Amino acid sequence: MSGQFAFVAAAYGLTIVATIAVTGWSWWTMRAAERRSDDVRGRK
Amino acid sequence: MHIYANPLKFLSIARPLTPWLALGGLLLAILGGYAGLELTPPDYLQGETVRILYVHVPAAWLGMGGWLALAIAGIVQLVWRHPLAGIAARAIALPGMVFCALCLVTGSIWGRPTWGTWWEWDGRMTSMLVLLFLYLGFIAIANAGEERGSVSKVAAIYAIVGAINLPIINRSVVWWNSLHQGPSITLSGSTIDSAILWPLWLTLGGFSLLFGAIVLMRMRAIIADIRSEARLKRLAAR
Repeated sequence: MSGQFAFVAAAYGLTIVATIAVTGWSWWTMRAAERRSDDVRGRK
Repeated sequence: MHIYANPLKFLSIARPLTPWLALGGLLLAILGGYAGLELTPPDYLQGETVRILYVHVPAAWLGMGGWLALAIAGIVQLVWRHPLAGIAARAIALPGMVFCALCLVTGSIWGRPTWGTWWEWDGRMTSMLVLLFLYLGFIAIANAGEERGSVSKVAAIYAIVGAINLPIINRSVVWWNSLHQGPSITLSGSTIDSAILWPLWLTLGGFSLLFGAIVLMRMRAIIADIRSEARLKRLAAR
């Protein structure tokens, strides 16, 4: 059974890493774009 | 529908909705994942590997659902010329591709101990691999266009035509002999025992909410970039 758990752990691990990566990157990109937009709006 | 064509109106809804979707999705996915690991019995045939179900099925659902959303966005863009449709399509493509790839990888990890092989060129796996290539093609076409933040008509048509692969994926296990099991969850019920099934609804709901949050974040980023560019052009023209 412990051998089977290695496959389960691999599937869970990859899913967690990929989900965090795509969520984190999307969040960081959104924050950077909105800050940039706010900066540009402040210019005259 | 055109009420939300105004980005400011859309942002007034998307801004408060994004953290709720993200946090709600995270909570449900963690609860479902934990329940799938700790609170359900092993399958009498597959043993512990059945627990891969709780991440594999949401990934498949979102990989296919993502393309369906791309096709709908393509129709909305071409028929109603809704300005947010192309932005939504661009935002959906990356998370859709990631979950499609996750579906293939977790399915392969499930296949090795269950079927004795990492990969088989059968209808289900091959059509899902085709979906991954369709996503890559869409992202390439979308990035090649000149449209600011949106996608070209070619990309919208490509998304609509590519949707023909979705019923093929769905029916592949019925039409052709496959190592992959037949449909387990249909409109008439489920062949999975309820003791194993229930955490799947949590992970399905959780990852779907997270997907929604990711799409909103990416749409907000695209809209912010469009507004920055428009403002800079106005300033440069003075």
